[in-house]
This record gives sequence, structure tokens and C-alpha cells, in this order.
Amino acid sequence: MSSKTKHPTGQEAIEKFGWLRAHRFLLLRRAAQFFFLGIFLLGPWFGIWWVKGNLSGSLTFDVLPLTDPFITVQSLVAGHWPELTGLIGAVIVGVVYALIGGRVYCSWVCPINPVTDAAHYLHDKLDLQKGWQPKSGTRYWVLAMVVAVSALTGTIAWEFVNPISMLHRGLIFGVGFAWAFVVAVFLFDLFVSRRGWCGHLCPVGTFYGLLGTKSVLRVSAQNRAACDDCMDCFAVCPEMQVITPALRGQDGDTPLILAPDCTNCGRCIDVCAQDVFHFTHRFDATPAPGRGARSRTQPATGASRAA
Amino acid sequence: MSATTRKSKPMDRRRFLQDSARGIAGCTVAGMALSQFVTDARALPAQAIRPPGALDEGDFLASCIRCGLCVRDCPYDTLKLAELGYDGPATGTPYFIARDIPCEMCDDIPCVVACPTGALDHSLTNIDEADMGVAVLIDEEACLNALGLRCDVCYRVCPVIDEAITLERSHNERSGAHAIFMPTVHADKCTGCGKCEKSCVLPEESAIKVLPRRIALAQSAEHYKLGWEDQNPLVDDLIDLPDRLPGPGTDNLVAPGGYLPGAEPLPDPSMEGGFKPSFKLPGVSQ
Ligand code: SF4
Ligand code: SF4
Ligand code: SF4
Ligand code: SF4
Ligand code: SF4
Repeated sequence: MSSKTKHPTGQEAIEKFGWLRAHRFLLLRRAAQFFFLGIFLLGPWFGIWWVKGNLSGSLTFDVLPLTDPFITVQSLVAGHWPELTGLIGAVIVGVVYALIGGRVYCSWVCPINPVTDAAHYLHDKLDLQKGWQPKSGTRYWVLAMVVAVSALTGTIAWEFVNPISMLHRGLIFGVGFAWAFVVAVFLFDLFVSRRGWCGHLCPVGTFYGLLGTKSVLRVSAQNRAACDDCMDCFAVCPEMQVITPALRGQDGDTPLILAPDCTNCGRCIDVCAQDVFHFTHRFDATPAPGRGARSRTQPATGASRAA
Repeated sequence: MSATTRKSKPMDRRRFLQDSARGIAGCTVAGMALSQFVTDARALPAQAIRPPGALDEGDFLASCIRCGLCVRDCPYDTLKLAELGYDGPATGTPYFIARDIPCEMCDDIPCVVACPTGALDHSLTNIDEADMGVAVLIDEEACLNALGLRCDVCYRVCPVIDEAITLERSHNERSGAHAIFMPTVHADKCTGCGKCEKSCVLPEESAIKVLPRRIALAQSAEHYKLGWEDQNPLVDDLIDLPDRLPGPGTDNLVAPGGYLPGAEPLPDPSMEGGFKPSFKLPGVSQ
């Protein structure tokens, strides 16, 4: 990390396409996060009750029930069969995320995402060590642990500590000391483990990731032949391991980023000056030649940032 | 994490086992910590009353997703979601404090209707059958009625007046000339709405408080019988005590020639071995 490179991530794209276009998905994402929080706050703050409840369960326009499927799963293993409304809500949410990518929840809805993004931004600015990096399978163990504890204690176990609902519910219903959990996540990501929470531990993100394993909406590195190894996409991607198989694939390999860890945040699309990436669907079979022999050449200096 | 390390030589077996062991150990420890936290956080304070129709606390924590839809649909702002760290119930679950805002026992029970999960049991359709807790006259030394005055407020406000709460009259030993009208709650009819607790006229704490049933109610032992309600023999088929009949040859305490009900004169002279008492019973001819 010592050799911080001469130009900040995405600089080339900004110069080439302008600041706005080089941040369009980031801006859209923040707008979406703001929207999904704001629409819940309309009621308590302005008395406009379009949406009642919170991310765990809600009712929109008095007709559309939505329920968090992960909470529903915990409830089921804890031994409670929910009323139909709750089940329908969970199925609706489950189907939507199964189609658009489970971790779309992470990058477009979850209120913790701006928190961990802020921690990562600061982490970068302060040039801190990446710290503890759990093994790639850890998140699945955490998920299994949460389900097991739910079954053993007969409770919806993760809701006792879940920083997402603490923050979201806190903002809508009154926060108490739930701030502590949010601050803990921030400090953890900042000082203990770079991108540690969302990237390695959070069982909610893991659950949604599994849900979206076969999702239709995907990012494709279709123009990968044009890649000039600036490594900016690796630097902005919160789950950089998902890019490699698509971007570095040979002619026959799919250019689609199919790993369930990909959050469909679209930042790689933003920062690539070569326009390598774009959103498409998983059945997109447009031929995407690999870079052939050039993939074995010396990587550019920026590579160290992505290590 | 780049292409090269990912595609490296087959994973060293020992390394893999070590990593897995570490992962499992870490998750076990985290899991135990979470279980412990869950267990601690489950404790429900006595003053926190769950909404109407709430399942038993154990089932409630398996079913309530803490969405707050019950809170939103309560027209009286009775319900709140617990905030973390105020000694309340499990964080984010709905409850109310009767002394602040009691449940007004809406006929249509909007809170139950709103609950998407059934944590508030949808089979509750008559609010008079709600079972949020039970009121207890907890301070008989401060209650004005218990002191012999006629406050009666808790009784008057009860939505199930004369069934859930009655005034039981007894003699006022202190004045010797007045009555005490004791507010008395009948657990089978009390819904736990808390209107009595809310309206008790005493300044700070109420003399009558709604408590969760698990705290307020004792269970009578299984084999107890209330003889005045249940006319069957005290204990059936268990022991057969020897019947002690009066008369000679038995070891009873009645002397031979002793009392026979209805026999005249007394003692019954027809009995063998009878004796004559040395005194005369008044009004008995001999
Ligand atoms: S990983 Fe968890 S905390 Fe992070 S954005 Fe996804 S759901 Fe939210
Ligand atoms: S019955 Fe009415 S007043 Fe009582 S908690 Fe439900 S909605 Fe609120
Ligand atoms: S509506 Fe039901 S699930 Fe939601 S907070 Fe109330 S009791 Fe819990
Ligand atoms: S809590 Fe009090 S007011 Fe409510 S039903 Fe019971 S005795 Fe009546
Ligand atoms: S309102 Fe309070 S003081 Fe008055 S009779 Fe009831 S419990 Fe006693």
C-alpha cells in the first residue's frame, strides 16, 4: 500500500467523460438509498403514510406487504409459521432480489452501506493497513451460525444485534443506544478490517447474495479486450474478487460477473475509462473476446492498490 | 487477491483444515456470545406490557419481526417499539407502559389486524378476551379505598367494570362503623388494558398495576379442592378410613349405650351395657 499511485481512482474516466458520468451509478445509488430511507420517514416526519413499518416488514399504500426474507427464514427455523401476509411479503421481496441480484439490497437499499462506504473512504484517505481479512468462506459460517442460534434459542436471533435494522428502525421509531452498533461497524471497518463488515461478515448480505445466485441483472466486462490494466475497477469494487474471472477470462469464458458477491453497484462501470463494463442480463451471449496474450504482460503500477 | 493466488496449486490439506478449524471455532464463539446476548435480552421487565393477542414471550420472539406496523395502526399511540438500552423489552419489539398510555381496547383491534406475522394472534377478535396482563392492587396501604374512603376511580374506568374489577365490601375495623370497598380484580375477566393503572389518583406510582400474568398469578396445587365449590369427597379412591360407628364392641369414643341420634330418652336405654349418667340433662325426662 505504500506506493500510492499518482492519480486517484477513476481520474482517467473523469477526464474523459466528465465527473457526472464517472459517478453516475454512485449518485444513483446514493439517491436510491436516500429514497428508501426517506419514504419510510415521510410518515413519522411529515404525516404522509405511504409506507408504514421498516425494512424488516412494511406495508405500502395499505396494499403491498413486504417482509425481509432472511428474518422470515429465522422465524421459520425458530418454530413460527407466519401469517399469510408476512409470507407473501417475504416471497415478493425474495423474488424481486432473485431477479435483480440479491446484493442489490446491499448497494442500493441497505442503510449500513453508506456507513461502511464512508469508513472505506476514510480508510483510503488515511492510508491505513487493510488489517484482518477473514477467509472468503467466513460469511457463510456466520450465516450458518445465525440460523443455528435462531433454531437453538427459538428466536429471530440476528434481530437482537443486526446493525441494519438498528439503524433503519432507529431513525424511524427512535434510536436509543442502537447507534452503538452502527458506530461499532464503522470503527470495525475503519481500524480493524478494511471492508470487513459487508465484505466478510454480514449474514444479511450473504443471505441476499445466495438469493441472487441466479439473478438476471448482471454486470458484464464485455469490452474486456480494451482493458489497459489501470486497475481502477479493482480499486472501487467492494468485492473485487468477482471481477477477475470476467475481466481476465479468455475468448471462451463468459464476460458476465456471475459471482453472487457482486452487489451490482455499477462502480466498475463508472470508473472505467475504456468503457469495459455495462449492465446486461445473464443470457446475454454477445461475443466478448478476451485480451489474448496481453493478459500475461506486466500489470500497470496501479495494481498494488488492488492487492 | 488476484488471479494468480486464486488459481494456485491445490490447497494444502493441512492449511485447509487449520483454516476451517479456525473458522468454525470463531463462529462457535461468536454464536455462543450471540446466544448469551439473546438470552439476556429476552428478559421482559414487569412494567412492559405486550399488545393484545401477543403470543407467549418465547413464541413472540420467534415471530415478531419488529416492523412496528402494530405501533402505526394504534390510534391512541399506546404502543412503542423498545429502544435499545432503556431496560425495556428486547430491542425493537412492541410494548406499552400502562401508566403512560393504556390500551383503549379498540373494538376492531387494529394492532392485531396490522401484524403481518401473527406475533399478535389473529384469532383474537373480541377485545374483551385479550390477555395482556392482569391488574393487581399492589399497594393496599396507599389505595384510598383500602383506607376506607370512596375513591373508586379504578373501578369506574374499567371497560369490563363489575366483571374484571369489583368493589368487595367488608367491615372497617378502624372506625368500627364504616365499610371498606376493596377494589378486587378477577383475573379471568381482566384484559390487562391498564386503564385502572393509568387513572389511579395517587400522584406517582399507581396503587393498582397491570403485571404480566406470569408474574401476577399463582397456580393452585393440582390436588386442591375447594370444598364449597366441589361437593365430591375430598379425596376419591385413595384411602378408606375405618368407619367409626357408635355402639358396643367398637373402639369408638362414645361410651356403650351412648348417644343415638333421635333416641329418646338419652342415652338409649335399649342398648346393651348402657349406663345411667349421674346427672340429669335439663329438659330430658328419664
Ligand atoms: S453486507 Fe449487510 S450491512 Fe453491508 S450493505 Fe449488505 S446487507 Fe447491508
Ligand atoms: S387495542 Fe387499540 S388501543 Fe389497544 S393497543 Fe391495540 S390499537 Fe392500541
Ligand atoms: S406488527 Fe407484529 S411483527 Fe410487527 S412489530 Fe407488531 S407484533 Fe411485531
Ligand atoms: S386492567 Fe384494570 S381497567 Fe383493564 S380490564 Fe383489568 S381491571 Fe379493568
Ligand atoms: S384509583 Fe387508586 S387509590 Fe383509587 S381505589 Fe383505585 S387503586 Fe385505590
